[in-house]
Order: sequence, then C-alpha cells, then structure tokens
Amino acid sequence: MSVPSPMQRFSLVPPAQGLYDPTHERDACGLAMVATLRGTAGHDIIDAALTALRNLEHRGAIGSDAGTGDGAGIITQIPDAFLRAVLPFELPPVGSYAIGTAFLPGDDVQREHEKAGIEAIVVAEGLEVLGWRLVPTDPALIGTLAREAMPVFEQLVVRSTRSDAEGNPLAGAPLDRQCFRARKRAERELGSYFPSLSCRTLVYKGMVTTLQLEPFYPDLSDERFTSKLALVHSRYSTNTFPSWPLAQPFRSIAHNGEINTVQGNRNWMRARQSQLESELFGDLRDIFPIVTPGASDSASFDEVVELLTLGGRSLPHAIMMMVPEAWENQPDLDPALRDFYEYHGMLMEPWDGPAALVFTDGSLVGATLDRNGLRPGRFVVTDDGLVVLASEIGVLDIDPSRIVRKGRLRPGKMFLVDTQLGRLIEDDEIKSELAGMQPWGEWLDGQRINLHDLPEREHIVHTPASIVRRQRTFGYTEEEVRVLLAPMANAGAEPLGAMGSDTPIAVLSDRPRLIFDYFTQQFAQVTNPPLDSIREEVVTSMRLGLGPERNLLDATPRHARQVVLDFPIIDNDELAKIQHIDPRPGSSLTTTIRGLYRVDAGPTSLEERIASMCAEVDDAIADGAEFIVLSDRDSTAALAPVPSLLMLSAIHHHLIRTEKRMQVGLIVEAGDVREVHHCAVLIGYGASAINPYLAMESVENLVRSGMLTGITPEKAVRNIITALGKGVLKIMSKMGISTVGSYAGAQTFEAVGLGREFIDRYFTGTSTVLGGVGIDTIAAENAARHTFAYPATPSVNPHQRLQTGGEYQWRREGPPHLFNPETVFRLQHATRSKRYDIFREYTKAVDDQAENLMTLRGLFRLKTEARTPVPLDEVESISSIVRRFTTGAMSMGAISPEMHETLAVAMNRIGGRSNTGEGGESTERLLDPEKRSAIKQVASGRFGVTSLYLTHATDLQIKMAQGAKPGEGGQLPANKVYPWIARLRHGTAGVGLISPPPHHDIYSIEDLKQLIFDLKRANPVARVHVKLVSQSGIGAVAAGVAKAKADVILISGHDGGTGASPLNSLKHAGTPWELGLAEAQQTLMLNNMRGRVTVQADGQMKTGRDVVIAALLGAEEFGFATAPMVVSGCILMRVCHLDTCPVGVATQNPELRKRFTGTPEFVITFMEFLAQEVREYLASLGFRTLEEAVGRADLLDVDRAVRRWKADGLDLSPILEGPVFDETAPRSKKEEQDHELDEHFDNELIRLSFDALQHGSPVRIDLPIRNTERAVGTMLGHQVTLLHGEHGLAPDTIDVTLTGSAGQSLGAFMPGGITLRLYGDSNDYVGKGLSGGRIIVRPSRDAIFHAERNVIAGNVIGYGATSGEMFLRGIVGERFLVRNSGATAVVEGVGDHALEYMTGGTALILGATGRNLGAGMSGGTAYVYNLRTERVNEAALATGELELSPLDADDRVLVANLLHRHADETESALAARLIAEGDVALDRFVKVLPRDFAAVLATRDTAVMEGLDPDGDVVWGRILEATGG
Amino acid sequence: MVNPRGFITAPEREVPARRPVPLRLMDWKEVYEQGDQAVLRRQAGRCMDCGVPFCHQGCPLGNLIPEWNDLTWRGEGRQAIERLHATNNFPEFTGKLCPAPCESSCVLGINQPAVTIKQVEASIIEQAWNNGWVQPAPPERLTGKTVAVVGSGPAGLAAAQQLTRVGHTVAVFEKEDRIGGLLRYGIPDFKMEKHHIDARLTQMQAEGTRFRAGVEIGVDITWAELRTRYDAVVIATGAPQARDAAIPGRDALGIHYAMEYLTQSNRVQAGDQVVEQISAEGKHVVVLGGGDTGADCIGTAHRQGALSVTNLAIGVQPPNERSEAQPWPMQPTLFEVQSAHEEGGERVYLASTVEFLSNEAGEVRALRVAETEYLDGRRVPKAGTEREIPADLVLLALGFTGVGRTTLDDQLALPFNGSGTLGRHADFTTGETGIFVAGDAGRGASLIVWAIAEGRAAAAAVDTYLQGSSELPAPVRATDRPFAI
Repeated sequence: MSVPSPMQRFSLVPPAQGLYDPTHERDACGLAMVATLRGTAGHDIIDAALTALRNLEHRGAIGSDAGTGDGAGIITQIPDAFLRAVLPFELPPVGSYAIGTAFLPGDDVQREHEKAGIEAIVVAEGLEVLGWRLVPTDPALIGTLAREAMPVFEQLVVRSTRSDAEGNPLAGAPLDRQCFRARKRAERELGSYFPSLSCRTLVYKGMVTTLQLEPFYPDLSDERFTSKLALVHSRYSTNTFPSWPLAQPFRSIAHNGEINTVQGNRNWMRARQSQLESELFGDLRDIFPIVTPGASDSASFDEVVELLTLGGRSLPHAIMMMVPEAWENQPDLDPALRDFYEYHGMLMEPWDGPAALVFTDGSLVGATLDRNGLRPGRFVVTDDGLVVLASEIGVLDIDPSRIVRKGRLRPGKMFLVDTQLGRLIEDDEIKSELAGMQPWGEWLDGQRINLHDLPEREHIVHTPASIVRRQRTFGYTEEEVRVLLAPMANAGAEPLGAMGSDTPIAVLSDRPRLIFDYFTQQFAQVTNPPLDSIREEVVTSMRLGLGPERNLLDATPRHARQVVLDFPIIDNDELAKIQHIDPRPGSSLTTTIRGLYRVDAGPTSLEERIASMCAEVDDAIADGAEFIVLSDRDSTAALAPVPSLLMLSAIHHHLIRTEKRMQVGLIVEAGDVREVHHCAVLIGYGASAINPYLAMESVENLVRSGMLTGITPEKAVRNIITALGKGVLKIMSKMGISTVGSYAGAQTFEAVGLGREFIDRYFTGTSTVLGGVGIDTIAAENAARHTFAYPATPSVNPHQRLQTGGEYQWRREGPPHLFNPETVFRLQHATRSKRYDIFREYTKAVDDQAENLMTLRGLFRLKTEARTPVPLDEVESISSIVRRFTTGAMSMGAISPEMHETLAVAMNRIGGRSNTGEGGESTERLLDPEKRSAIKQVASGRFGVTSLYLTHATDLQIKMAQGAKPGEGGQLPANKVYPWIARLRHGTAGVGLISPPPHHDIYSIEDLKQLIFDLKRANPVARVHVKLVSQSGIGAVAAGVAKAKADVILISGHDGGTGASPLNSLKHAGTPWELGLAEAQQTLMLNNMRGRVTVQADGQMKTGRDVVIAALLGAEEFGFATAPMVVSGCILMRVCHLDTCPVGVATQNPELRKRFTGTPEFVITFMEFLAQEVREYLASLGFRTLEEAVGRADLLDVDRAVRRWKADGLDLSPILEGPVFDETAPRSKKEEQDHELDEHFDNELIRLSFDALQHGSPVRIDLPIRNTERAVGTMLGHQVTLLHGEHGLAPDTIDVTLTGSAGQSLGAFMPGGITLRLYGDSNDYVGKGLSGGRIIVRPSRDAIFHAERNVIAGNVIGYGATSGEMFLRGIVGERFLVRNSGATAVVEGVGDHALEYMTGGTALILGATGRNLGAGMSGGTAYVYNLRTERVNEAALATGELELSPLDADDRVLVANLLHRHADETESALAARLIAEGDVALDRFVKVLPRDFAAVLATRDTAVMEGLDPDGDVVWGRILEATGG
Repeated sequence: MVNPRGFITAPEREVPARRPVPLRLMDWKEVYEQGDQAVLRRQAGRCMDCGVPFCHQGCPLGNLIPEWNDLTWRGEGRQAIERLHATNNFPEFTGKLCPAPCESSCVLGINQPAVTIKQVEASIIEQAWNNGWVQPAPPERLTGKTVAVVGSGPAGLAAAQQLTRVGHTVAVFEKEDRIGGLLRYGIPDFKMEKHHIDARLTQMQAEGTRFRAGVEIGVDITWAELRTRYDAVVIATGAPQARDAAIPGRDALGIHYAMEYLTQSNRVQAGDQVVEQISAEGKHVVVLGGGDTGADCIGTAHRQGALSVTNLAIGVQPPNERSEAQPWPMQPTLFEVQSAHEEGGERVYLASTVEFLSNEAGEVRALRVAETEYLDGRRVPKAGTEREIPADLVLLALGFTGVGRTTLDDQLALPFNGSGTLGRHADFTTGETGIFVAGDAGRGASLIVWAIAEGRAAAAAVDTYLQGSSELPAPVRATDRPFAI
C-alpha cells in the first residue's frame, strides 16, 4: 500500500489537472516573535504573541470562503505547568518528555489504527508512550473549507527509554533526536503529520485566520500556558485551498518569503543523502528522504534546519550555512568570518530568496534576513526585557517610555535572544564565535585549489576551416555570428533587440533547433522579486566551488578540497588547467568523457551513448575522479556530438538517482553553447563550469580574419566570457537568485514541447505541461545539422558557409515570422485605404501561418459544428466589441509623442483604452479627455506617478513583468531623454533613465496586496490591473493576485513586447499566452475566484481569430500593441532602442518624428475591422455577445492539428480540457472585489478636512494610529487633487497629527497642502510617491531612547516621490529614496542601497549609511554627514558617475537651513547639536552629486546666460556631448 | 553591427556618374564611370539593416541585401561576394540589368531615397572579378545523372550552374551561335559588355557545364531524342515572340521588330559581319514602345548615327513619384530617364499610331499619329488630332507575347497558357515527366532577376526529381508574383 505524503493530507489542494499543478503554489506572510529576557516564562508572552499576530492580519489572506484563512500558528516552549495540569498522567521533569500534536484522520477506526502504528514506531525508536491527549478545539469558528479538511488533533507524549552516560533518561537534544527519527519514520511509513514533536517546543497551527487561532485552540488562552518565547506566523497563500500541514510555524522556523532555489536545494539534498553520516542519528536510511516531497519551500527549509541542528550544529550555525550573508563582496568583513562562509559554501549551496526567518530551539530565539534584505523585520526592546520582533513595528501597544531600543533586521544579519541567559546576542558576537570555532581559513588554505594557481597551458588556435565545419555541426547561423557573437565579443555584453518575437517556438518549428530552445526561463513575478543584478551587484556572486562535496553532518579540512572558480564560464586554457590537475605525476583528478555517437545509427545510438556515458562516469568516480569533463569535441563525419545539455542533465540526474552526485564536479566542454540562455540552462541543470569553446574559437577567428577590428583575440574571448557570465547573472536575478552556487542545479526552467517520458528520464522534475518530442526528434535534429556539416555533395552551395538564420531579423530562408513583408504590407494598406477585403487577406495570411505550426492557437479549431450559427446582424455591434480592446503599454519616450497620442485619441474615440506605459503623462494630455490614456501604468521606475496622474486614471496598471523581458527593468538611454521626456518623467534631459527590475515596494505577494490597497486609495474608482507574463505557475500567481484584490489581471504572452530587451529574454523567457491564460482561467475557477476579476490577454494578437480564441480560453479584454503600431507605420525595424526609427514611431528625434504618417483613423479602422471579424466568428459559433464566449474552451479542439514532425507528440488537451466545473460557475467577472474602502482611516480625515477641501481653510486634526492603518493620507490626498488640481492646497492647509505606530505606506502619493506629523514610528513605504505633501515622523515625546540611534521608519521610504518633504527623526531601513525625483528628505541614518536610482530632489542624511549608497543615482543631490566612501556604490565611484565633494557656499546655506527645519519639525537632538557645532559640522558633510546631472545643469545654466533656449537643439547637442548620450 | 545612423547622416542617393553623352555616343562601352569606393561605402552604410528587410522580399532571388550592404560598408568585399553569390549566380548581370525591385521596396524608400542596392551589388561583383575571388566550384563527385537545359539565357544558365554543382552532367543547348540568349544578343554593350558573359561561361565550363550553341531543339534534335538522351530537361527558351502592331501600312519596308534590330547590332559589336544590317545611320528613327527595349533601340540608333529618334508611347507619361495606386513596397511605374534617354531623341506620350505611311518604293516614310484618348478604359486615337512624324526606320518595341508556337507544340504537347507561355506547376514540373520549365518561357517576359531565380528554383526541382530530395535553394515558386493589390 502506498503511503500518502503527510503534506498532502488534511488538505483540499487539488491534484494536478489541466494546466493546474499544485507544485506552483506559493505563499508569503507576516510573522512575529516575542521573547523575554527576564528569565521566567509567562502567559503574557503568549498573549503578546497572539496580539501581535492579530495585528498582522492584513499580511495574511482569506480565500473565496470568507471564514477560511490561509493559516496561522504559534511555537512556544513546552508549557510544562499547563501540561501537568491537563494531562491525566504523570510527566517526568521538563526536558525529559516530548510532546507533539498529531494530525489524525476523523474516522475513528483509521485514527486508532494510525495511532497504533505511531506507537509501534515510537517504541521501536527507544521511546515510551506516556499517553495521548485530545486537543480541544472550536471548529465552529472556522471556515467551511477549512473544516472540511480539518484533522483530529491529539497530542502524543513520550519519554526516552534510553539513558545517557550518567544513567539519566535522555533529555534535551538527544531526546529530540529520538523523536526526530520516530516522527520521520511515522511520516514515511504511515504518512502521519506532526507539527512538532519535541521536548523543547510545541506548535499549534491550522487553517485559521490570525483572529481565529486563539479561540480555535482554547489551550492558548489558558493562563497556565506559559513560555519565555513565542513565534507566530500569518500565512498568505496563492490559493484558496486549505492545507493544514502547510500552516506555519514549522518545527524550528517561521518564514516570510520565498526560497527561489528550492528545486535545486531539494535535488542537492537528495544527492547528499548517501554521504550523510552521523553517530548521533544511527542509520539515516530509515528516515530518508530528509526533504519531504510535496512540501512547501519553507517546510523543506525547516526540515534541513532540523537535520543540521539535531546533527550537532547550533541553530545560528545552521541558519548561517543555509542563508549566508552577502560575504563575497564585503571588503570590511572579518576574514575569519569570510573563511567560515567560504568553507561552508563548499558544504552546501545557499537557500536563496527573499526571507525573513524567525527560528527557535526552545531556548534561543532569533531572526535573520536574506542577503538582500528583501523582507522587513523590526524589533523593540523594553526596559523590562520584553523583546518583540515582527514584520511590522507597532504590532503590540507598548508604552513609548518603556522602550529602550528600536531596531530593524538588516540584510544577512542575525538577531538572537538567549532566553536562558536572558540576554540579547548581537550579530557580531554570534558570528565571531562561529568564525572562531574551527580554523576554517587554515583548512581552506590547505585544501582549496585556485584556478589561477594552476600551471599555465599553451593556447591552441584552430584553423578557420575547422571552425566553420564545427559551426555547421552545431547549427551556427550567419545571423548568430553577426547578431550575437560579434557584438558580445566586441562589447562584452549581450546585444539588445526590440519588438518581441514572432517566430515559432522550437517544437512548432519545422527546422532543427537546439535542445536549449525547448527550455524557457522561469522568472520571478509577484510572489518573489527579481533582483537588480546591476545596481545591487554587491549581493550577487558568480563564485562557485567545483568538485566533490562531503558529509554534510561533518566538518573536516578535506571538505575544503574544491577548485574555486570566480566565474562559471571558463576559457579553453582554464579548462586545460583543470584537466591537468595532477596531485601526483601521472595521475589526474579529472576524467574527460566524450559525448559522441554514431549518427547513422539514429536515436538508439544516441540513447545508448548516454547510457554508456553514465557508466563511464560511474567508473571514473570509482577510480577516484573528482572532476568530470563532459565534452562534445572531436566529432567526425561518423560521430556526431551528443547535445551538451542532454548529456549533462542525463548524467547529473543519473548521479542524483544513484546518490553519487556529490562526489564529482561536472564541467561541460560544449561546442553548441553560444548564447547566454545556453549557459543558464546548463548551470541550471547541474554544470559547475562551462567551456563554450567553439563560441570562443569563433570570435578569435572573427578577429584574426579581420571581421572584428580594434580588439585582440584574447580580449574578444574575455568579452565573450563576460557577456555570457553577466548574462547568466541577469537570468539568475530574474528568478530572484543571487548566487550561482544556488542557481546551479536549481532547474528554474520549464520545458515547452518535450515529451514527459524524455523529461522524466533526463530532466527529472522539470515541468512540461504539453508533452512533446522525445529522443527521436532530438536525434533527428542533431542528424540534420550533422548532414549539413558533412554534406553528401559539398559543392551544392559553395557560397553558403553557414545557414543564414532569421530568428531575429526576417529572412526568406529563415523561420517564418507572423509579421513579414506580406502581412505588414496588407495590414497597412487595408487600414489606410479602409479595405476590409484586404484586411481579410491580411488576417488570412496571419492565421494561415499560425496554423502552419507557428503558434499554439494556430493548432486549435473552432468547433462551429457544435453550435447553431446566428445571423450576423444579431451579434453585438462593432462599437460594443471595441470597448474590450486596449492598446499595449508603451511609454512616451519609448515611442514618439505622435505615435503615443495617435493611439490614445483612437482608443478614446471608440471607447477602448490606451495605456500610458511607464513614462508618465503630460498634464495637458492628462486632463484632455480626447488625448489622455485611460490606463495609467505604475511600473518599477514610477516615472511621473503623481497624485494627479493616479486620480485621473480610468484604470491603473501595475506592471509586474513585460512579455519581452519578464523580470527585467527597462532603460531609456540618455539620447532619448529629450527635454519633454525628462519633464514627464521628472528626470534630467540627456541623462538616461532606468527602471529597476523589481518594484522596490513589492518583494512578496502581500506587498502587491499593499500596493493595490494604496492605489485603490489614490483613486478609489479606478480599476487596478496587475500585468503578469505567462509562464507555468501563473495560475497560482493569478489566484494570489485575485486574493490581493486586483480588479483586472492581464496575462501577457512571452512573445509580445515592443521595447528593447536582451535577446535571450526576447526568445527564451515566458510562454505563449494561450498557456498562461488557460492556466489562469482554470486555476481561478478552481479557487472559485474567477468571478471577482476581469481577465485580459495580450501578446502578438493580430486577428479576429486570435481574439476569439483568447475569449474562449477565458479572456474578457484584449490588448494589441505591435499591430496598431504597424497600422501607424511601424515596419518592424527592431531598432527601437537606437532612436533611429525611420518612420517616426519609436523615436524622439524631431527629424525622424516628422516622418510619422499614422493617424487615429487608421487605428480605429484596424480595431473596427478586428471587431467585425470577431462578430463573424461569434455568429458562426452561435454567440450573440462576446461575453457568452468567454471561457468556453470546450468549443476548441485540436483534432485538425497538422500532424507533422515535431508537433506530433504535443498534447494540447490540458489547455482545452482541464478541470470540470459546474455549469453555473462564473467564467467571467461577475462581482466586484470588496476593497473595504468604507473602513479606511482616511474617511475620518476627509470628514474632518471638510472646510479645507471645500473652502481651502486650514484644519488641524489629531488622531491616534496603529500599524493596521495603512496608506493614511492617500485617500485624503486623492480628494485634494480631485478638488484642487495638480498643485493641491496651500502648504499645511490640512495639518494632521498622529500618535502611535503607523501602518505601511504612510502618506503615499500625498499631494501638496497636507502635512502628516506622526509621533511614534512608522513601517515601510513612508511617503511612497509623495506628490507635494509633507511628512514628519518623530518619536513620542515620552520616548527615552536616543532617536538617532534607533529606527523610526522602515524600508523603501520615499520610493518614487516626485515632490514634497519628509523629516524623519531616526534611522530608516534599506533603499531610502529609491527613484526619488523631486522630494526633499532629512533622516538620521539609512540602510543599504540608499538613494538608488534617484533622479532628482534632495536628501540630507545626518547619520551612518549602509552599503551601496547611490547605486544608479543619476540626479538630485545628497548631503551625507561623515560619509564613509566605501559605502558608496563602487562602480559609480570608480567610473566617476558620482562625484563626492565638500559643500560650497550655496550648499552650506541649504544644509544649514534644512538642519534648522529638521530641528524645528522634529525636535531632533542631533540636528540641534550639528547646528550648535556650526561650520565644524558643515565641514563634515559630503555632497554626493551625479556627474552627468551636474554637467547638464551647468550646460543649461550657461545656455540661459548666453540667451539660448535651454530646450533648444543647440543646447541639446551640448548636453549630449556633456553626458556622452 | 551595421551603421545605425547612416541613413540620417547621408540622406541622399549617390551613384556613379554616366560618361558625358558626346563621349559615350562615340563608342559602345558601358556608360557608367568608375565608382568611388568611399561613396559606395557611404551608400551601403545607409542601409538600416531592417528587422523585416522588404528589399530581401522584393528581390525574387532573396538576395541577402542587408548583409552585403553591411559588409560593403565595412570594406569586407571578400565576405560580401560570398553572401551575394549565396543567392545569386550572376550578380554582374543583375547589377547592371535588373530594374531593382529591391530598391522599390527598400524601407528607406518610404520617406527617403532608397539605398543604391543595385550599385552596391554591381560593385561587389566587379571587385570580386578584379581580385580573382570568383572561382569555379566544380562538384566533388558526379551523380551520373544528365540534364539538358534548352536555352542559354539567365534562367537556363542559372539552372545549369546549380545542377552542375550538385554533380549532374548538364548540357546547355542554344539555337543561336553564341551562348547567352537575350543577354548576348538582346542587350546592347552600353548596358552590359559581353565579356561579362564570357567570364561566367568560362567559370561554368570549368565547373563542368557543357555548352552546345547553334543547336535548335526540335529542329536539329527532336525533343523526343533529347528526352531519351537526358534524365531531365529544363526548357528555358524565353518568351521571344514579339508583339506586332496591327496598323495599316505595317507591311512597309523599314519597319522591324526591335529585337531583330538589336540582335544585328550586337552581332556587329561581337565582330560578326551582318549582311544588310538594319541600321539607323542617317535615318529618322521612330521607336514604338516606351519600355526598356525601346530605350535600348534609342541608344543603339544614336550610336549608329540616326538623324533623329522619336520614341512613341501609347499611354500617359508615368508619374515621377509613386502613385497611391502603387503603394510601397510595390514596384511602381515611374517616369525613368535611362542612359539612352539622356542621349537624345524625343519621347512622346499618348501617341497612338494610326497608320504607317510609305513612299512609292514601299519604304516607310512617316507615321500618322493621333493623341491617345481613354474610352471606357480602352486607349483609342482621338479623332482630329492626327499628325505625321517622318520616319525612315520604325522599330517595334511593343513587348512580347510568349514562347511562340514552335516545335514544342507538336513534339511535346505541353499546354500553352493564354499568355502564350508554357503551362507548368508551382514546382516547375510539367505534365511531361522529367520536363521542367523555367524563366520567361513559363512566366512570360519578365525581369532578369526572376529568370535567375526561376533557374535556381527549377534546378532544385530537377534535383529533387533526380535524387529524391535536394539541398539546392528554391527562392521562388513558379506561381509567385510580386506584391500587388
């Protein structure tokens, strides 16, 4: 009988069906810990923790069923007194009995049977059952769904029958080890689930809301239930399916965030199992796998923490191994600590991703943040020893006069409370103790092999003929050499492209494709943020240890014997060095295995060769090899190379399965690798190093043959390495992974078009929802390339060196493009001459091509025979259909003002909606109903996002990702930032503008929920959209977004996109919208959430058929971008990023803009023709309205799918079939989200501000506040803007004083005329998008701590502020003033990454700064007291982008003035002192000024003095010269 | 890689100057002066390397225009000729003779003068010949299959070269005494000197192609014999049938088909003696027909020493700019000034010839010409507008009507289309197994670039027929036509 996974019991999570797969589910949360230093346990601690939990309610979520929470729970110490009182049996002394709650089935017989089984195991493990206790609960309180899945809770109490050396029964950790074994065995053998089973801690948790936890478990209210510490957790899941085991806390941790690398971490843990050995545990095989399948990332993390701690390491030690801080780029780190991290990096890869972790072993309780500090953690310490740490400040009401310290968790830093000793242990102390535990450094020095220490080898140069032959073997095209390799060799960076991708995906292509092309990159959206690998490079690392890993439960010098690579891409000489590591002459630690097979023998030969390679690797390992090079060199006419990815992954998984993987490092010597994506996939499937030898030899040859000039061959090779490596880093960061060590093997890819059997065999664990081709096709594709390399008649085409290509630019002999000369021509002509007949020729050409295996939708057929057609005139009108149409988000800046306005005017005239894109909107257009864009985008750069902009939106769109480059930011190069663009974006003319990859206020789904909350308050009547890019798992994300109360979810296809993008993103990230849309629809319906949101789709939508198919798959609204641009004159130059668009569409160049020939009429004609076509399809399907067609995937089939070569193995049924739903289940939006606007704090403010709003007369308001009151001032601000326009009211007209801890987003988007004065402290996002308002945050007058040494506000303060003022008396968190473009802020200390991307405004920082100050800062001025130069962004300093200087006379006046105002507003003691010091203090300030910004200001000033127009052409020329733009 | 701003910094077209008219009328050599490499590179640098290169679509051969423009801009002539030869067997022919549909569809042409693609092409191949980069590419092994190519114009030669390189044994049959078809005898030297053809033939011979001039299939050898002797036959005999003018007085002496006149002139240039050569010397010449052939007649007549040359065209003078009815990227009908037009003569539009008038010797002496009037879309002479134009020599350049009812008709029984061309399928096959039709013979009179494209594509079809599959490129189908609305 098969044993169910314990994680899948007591759960209503459905099994995988259709496109839904429960493994994609994500969660995030709020958490808190409460502990006391007083040394005695008390019920007050439990109470405090539960109160804190209740005040984190907004960080959790509630499903479709109002009473069912996503989960909440608590860990406490063993409540000994309580247990003695309630248990009907005697207990041994505390510490020598263990207790844990079992989740048991409701059926009595089954339950007794399971309990008997558990008891048997317990006894077998040397424990004695003392008894069981039925845990009282109150199920009536909780939601119906939660109740349906609810287990019966019985506590098991055991003690050890074994004794220690002194003859006492085992207690403490040894007893917990026994319990661990017993529990693991019960999990494996019976499928039992225990939230905990320990003599030190006890967990209560369940599918309850934060408010329900305590009443559900009456135990928790019992005064006798005491503890010195407690951890609580409130969960936010992306689904609405209750799952009791997935509630947190787990046994030792609670986690807020996402482990992005979890797939790899789990694989590696499995691979390590064979080497795990510990005297403490006995035979570990009984309890494998360590990591339970089907668990959440947090659960897996917890299981490994448990293993490491019970295996003998301390809790802090284990956490530091798993979540090391960003030690690689920290020069001031203690060398011993650095050695500690480096050594442990050789034992285990980081578990990487955003994380706030709280953990306890029953006496120590602590918390840490991930290396990036992507989650918040705030703490207070009181004079009586109460320590409270939580995701937010203010979760407990604590008298300000009792607080001695307010702090925050810092990236990678740890915070620990020893409740036994009653003291706080600081990060330094914890870490220096561990750093000194062993001579880590000596061990490293004695064992580690550095690549540069190995002897040099002679460089080999290959002949041009050999290079061409091998280029043909590996399917190189002329285009790849020209478009990819040459630019990479030249510039050391991956080239950019534009206008998306409209060629077939690999499985739909009729030409041989590389196996890499079947894998698409996953990327972070919503539930886990992408990183900024450029501006926040300090937290990333490409360093990797190569070679065997040893027993994780041990620590010896030998563990350090690895080759350390600084970069995972290595050149031929470096590979040669590794191949010749000779510990003794004549021996080598490296074995090279050639992946070549007899091509004429077909797939069998390939398969057999892979199998024999596995055997050869096994033999090599047996012979002591530590490094295996898998090579595809030396192919011949008879022997073809095995695709490198296939051989690597096959061997990697073979070794994992046989548990030998940790004994060797795998290096790939690959001729087929020439793209960033190729490298990323190889590393993702387990390669430690890649030698793309042919790419390197190719560029060497380009230089030697004169095709590349001004560069040496050596430099060209270095550039290729840099481009590939940096590109991989960018792909990692798209997935939110910062170190290559944890990216390796993480398999953050999905396959599109590879057969399940093939995937299971060679790429185990990869998602491939549509199935597809197997080894036969892979071999056939390989053979086709081989035939081209070794043709029967070499003279056939003597002038064709390589295939032409045509993937990026259309070529006749290349792959087909949906937009090609014919379709562009017909579309333009049809819409310009209003010829519907030609429009039908255009759509027929597109649809025919689509059908000819270019797109998934092309394979579908409309089942018109299943319906009775209706007459066309009964179908809803064109004008009603076009209202569902939108145009894509293209910013003014990316496209020309003419193009932008044309789209807006056209869409406004027909009642559709155009989109501002992320570049803001001019006030003139904003207020003009004919020219404004109805949809206003809010993207990561927050360009021009002001109260006015938000207030005048019909829809607000949060761009989480874009199809062309999901997970990446954008960039408007300096030469496109013309003065009019600079004004819109609040930037500086001639200075480039960058949008960060993540929204810095969205690092998790509850953050998105917060932004939706904020925007809803900034404009209560606008619909809030969330734009997502299709990928597998998007269904879970969409459900989470629906729970976050988005009104509209936009699913973008991977292939859309009009902006510039790195080529790998254009081609290899995301999936077609058909997949994402269908998955979102199915998942939303499964979660019963579909009726609450509108679903939009876009991405290469071109015809009426596309629209109808999208509708049938579940979309209600439809977006078009490329097609209306083509209608307006775009001819797909794909040079949007160069500002050279020759038709005036995507350029700001005034001369080129004159060439724009589009008109709104053309666009309207296009939209109307589309709608007409839609009507015709609807009529044929028997629908009178589009609404009726939404979600009717049953009317699609794939019977007609052209059965050809590769498409043969595809199974599209998951798209069409999926789960079965009730006829009455809503398939489209039926009800509004409950935004709880009536309950918002600002309603009171608005009421009290009546006089100000109506008459502009000043009002004073005084109110208490607490952390659950969020976005205070935002809705009031909306009213001010609505009634008083762009500039709001006179300063301080509405003067609000608040007392307490403010919730997140205090004063977000607040316009001029409102002043918020907060006495207390505040959470994250104070002054987000500040639009002229004033915010003052200062401690209570009763506070006894030194404000300047304590934390006053959280992370990401002033993000995207455009004007206004902030005075903050105290220290604030990370990423202060990101993308500030005009506000002034004074603060007394900041965390890491302050002033990032700032483009304007003024910052005065009176205290210490964190690392990486001013990264990407391109405008504005900062004044920093006692600036430590090493804290400034290294690249900006090195290149001179940031200039540091003493204050000049004007600066001194400005700073002195700000100091006075700060002192006045906040009573700052620090400001007072600095004022008193006068010039001495001013001398200590350093001015931070971006060089280009300064140059532009100077140029414009000079021009004005010369009487020139500062916005004129002459000055523009000078500006570009000054900035090099 | 390419010059991203070239089209902005160099907004205008620059092509090599033609030699001064008085000078060039003194000889028969090509009219263009040597081009300036710097200018050429600047012009090549105007190419925008489009994401969707319409030129590459507009060219029936699918010339990789952006690629060799870029290579030219960067001075990589050796690489450029490789990329050019990858799609075009005879770039020197197209570089001189093709009316460049690529330039009509050049994206730059939407709002700026197009890139001088044809000039770049001509220069690349010229440089290649000068540097010895054009070498034979004989097959490494032979298939043992044989192919007869009938007709040695551009279609036949292209098919022959492709098939030879695959390893088939190919014989090209030509009924005239020299190989080259229309290239040889239809095109005056001032447009293309014949040594270009000879150089190619030398290359082809070195590759193994066999040439049989002076053999007319159906007469000297029957079609049936040919089929028996070869595994496949490619008919590339062109569409030489000239359109006649059914006008009173047509039988007067001194009225000739343009092609007859040009052929004689070309023979003389080739050094042959032509008895009773039709010559314009000392005559008033009237050329009927405003097309390329007409222009060739004008240039030839001037060089022969005509007293006057009048070119009559029945239709309206084409516009200087593209009309709305022919939107980009279609190839528009435009008013052209070819080199011959610069050299003298008068171009008369809306000229409907009503009658040829002859003297008592039966020799033509004048044309009676009326103004053309459009009635219900038909062109008719407008009554009362007649006038006389003196003429001693009248050349009919009124276009072509097809293959001509020749021996093909009775010996092969291939169907003829209404347009006088041979019926065939999209893949160049015909109802007769093993017989293929390429070039004007199937398409009707068309551009040289179509002829080469068809030759290449037909070669692929032949190779597939002979070997089951083919690695030869097939740039066009027989049914393909330029974009039209």
